[in-house]
Amino acid sequence: MITSRRTLLQAAGAAGLVSAAGLPLRASAQTPITVGVIYVGPRDDFGYNQAQAQAAAALKKLPGVKVVEEEKVPETIAVQKTMEAMITQDKASLIFATSFGYFDPHMLRMAEKYPKVRFAHGGGMWTEGKHPKNAGSYFGYIDGAQYVAGVVAGHMSKSKKLGFVAAKPIPQVLRNINAFTMGARSVDPSITTRVIFTGDWSMAVKEAEATNSLVDQGVDVVTCHVDGPKVMIETAEKRGIMTCGYHASQAALAPKGYLTGAEWDWSTPYGMLVDAARTGKPHLNFLRGGLKEGFVKMSAYGPSVTPAAKAAGDAARTALTTGNFAIFKGPLKDNKGGTVVPAGTSLEMTNLELEKMNYLVEGVLGSIPA
Amino acid sequence: MASVQSVLAAALRPVNAPPAVLAWLVPIASIVVGLLAFGVFVALLGRNPLEVYATIFEGGFASAFSWNNTLLRAAPLILTGLAVAIPAQAGLVVIGGEGALALGALAAAAVAVPLAPSLGAGALVAGAVAGAAAGGLWFALTGYFRAYRGLNETISSLLLSYIAIAVFNHLVEGPLRDPASLNKPSTLPLPDAAMIGQIPWLDVHWGLAIGLVACLIAQLALSRSTQGFALRVAGGNPRAAMLVGLPVGALIVAACALGGAAAGLAGAIEVMAVHSAASASVLAGYGTTGILVAFMARQQPLAIVPVAILMGGIAAAGSLLQRRLDLPDATTLVLQGLLFVSILAGEAFMPKERR
Repeated sequence: MITSRRTLLQAAGAAGLVSAAGLPLRASAQTPITVGVIYVGPRDDFGYNQAQAQAAAALKKLPGVKVVEEEKVPETIAVQKTMEAMITQDKASLIFATSFGYFDPHMLRMAEKYPKVRFAHGGGMWTEGKHPKNAGSYFGYIDGAQYVAGVVAGHMSKSKKLGFVAAKPIPQVLRNINAFTMGARSVDPSITTRVIFTGDWSMAVKEAEATNSLVDQGVDVVTCHVDGPKVMIETAEKRGIMTCGYHASQAALAPKGYLTGAEWDWSTPYGMLVDAARTGKPHLNFLRGGLKEGFVKMSAYGPSVTPAAKAAGDAARTALTTGNFAIFKGPLKDNKGGTVVPAGTSLEMTNLELEKMNYLVEGVLGSIPA
Repeated sequence: MASVQSVLAAALRPVNAPPAVLAWLVPIASIVVGLLAFGVFVALLGRNPLEVYATIFEGGFASAFSWNNTLLRAAPLILTGLAVAIPAQAGLVVIGGEGALALGALAAAAVAVPLAPSLGAGALVAGAVAGAAAGGLWFALTGYFRAYRGLNETISSLLLSYIAIAVFNHLVEGPLRDPASLNKPSTLPLPDAAMIGQIPWLDVHWGLAIGLVACLIAQLALSRSTQGFALRVAGGNPRAAMLVGLPVGALIVAACALGGAAAGLAGAIEVMAVHSAASASVLAGYGTTGILVAFMARQQPLAIVPVAILMGGIAAAGSLLQRRLDLPDATTLVLQGLLFVSILAGEAFMPKERR
């Protein structure tokens, strides 16, 4: 039983290696391939890991694609060994390393050691000339989805006070806080967002405390950027306020208060990367996209969302997907009064400047801890 | 004086109490019982236990690759286990290893990186010394509070561990942050060429050998040296120890400091052999797992080595169980739990140690 399965895997792996090496030995979209997917947390966390696992589940449905998965792999030597084990024991020829901390040094080491295997990392900044060609990163411009969620939240809020439970003040998180706030303030400039940093990606108790504290301050819509939004959403629902989700849909956790949410749709980049590997095309080293490209999506509107809020949300989404609407454009002030984007400057979503964001925009109440 | 000697003899906890045959037979039988219980568990889940056993063996112990995998995962646990076992000789339950590991990692990153260009391998030695010193000083605080302020060492070491981790996060995200580490705050990295290398013919870094040597030295020092003897007397019965004039307070502080040094060294090795910089990823729970390792090893330094290897093997096997049989990660925890419960239950069959 075991032997026969392994033989099959070896055959699949060998075929994958051939195509990865760029030798199109009858390589096609039907070439069998074994794909490894590694998660830092549990696959059913209603958050970051679940979003990646949903894409892995979509891959499993493709004929000829075998997916091996491992969850709760820490960002240590353990992930190097897991990658290596996927390559040697499971004959995987394409590895999705989904956690940010897997990139440097772990995935880079393995990419150097196994030049014929393709490595795709969720979020990391793969840089041409600096990092191996068989490594790469895929990521989504989720600030667009946060902006749309902000528009909906801005329409629904009665207290004009929004809340944001954030993990760490790193550029990605700041960008989400800012986009959400700017979406809401595009509806009503008197709206403010109170932000609380918990200090780490998974801090259930602090996330609950932060949510309660925000409700006590009069906030009536709350969203977050932590690994698993479950605690925040459930706490907010219990306290009777509205929520916007993040990473994956948490609608099931808040049947009353869930408005919408900024979700990843990793099945798009996963599909592109698998397709390139199977057809022997070069590895996609730098893969990005937003709402338009289908890398991120919105949760379906919750039952309490008014028609006006829906219409405004849809309009914002259309502007982001069809027009050349830029969220971050001058004149833009931070919440200390300084100008961060001068008048006349418009930062497109792909602008790398945005990936170094170190400010909170006007309307955000809170500061970046030193 | 005879009464003092008899008190002393009763106070002494022997380092290698059980007869040799039992010492090997009981743990092995316990592991078999634990594995059988796990087989029942997976059978209830509708899986074939024989296939599961084969996968555990293949993942942890069947090939050169799986042995490398197991040993690599075991390496940090040997030192963090020692961090619990050494203070235990003084009768203390110190559980703040994660904090000492964090400070060790931080000290190594702060010292080894600037020295690497000029000192080469010397920078690694300096980093290791700095890491051990930082961890040692941190645990010494716990020892001091215990010996001279009567503060419960379990609680104080746990709370000090939280403080150490907060200090670690503050420095990594603030003053010591590499400005280039945008979305993953880290200290400046050690260049690849300057890192701790691999043991020849193994795919495992030198940290494993350092852990083995540390356990060996600890075992010898405890069983053969005057200070080790004094420490065990102080641990067995502090009053009796004081009665014969042993410096109990100093012994407690020293035992804690040595334990902390082991955890700090583990952190330093993580940075200098694996991560190249200190970041939140370094804090993966090795300090906490070390508590389990030390208790399973009945606080015997040499027994820590096989226990840590067993833990590494379970982790490596758990990895394959997930991938090959699609079992969730929690299955590994069940396996680990069943093995631990049966090993600890096996203690009942050992001759009782006197405290």
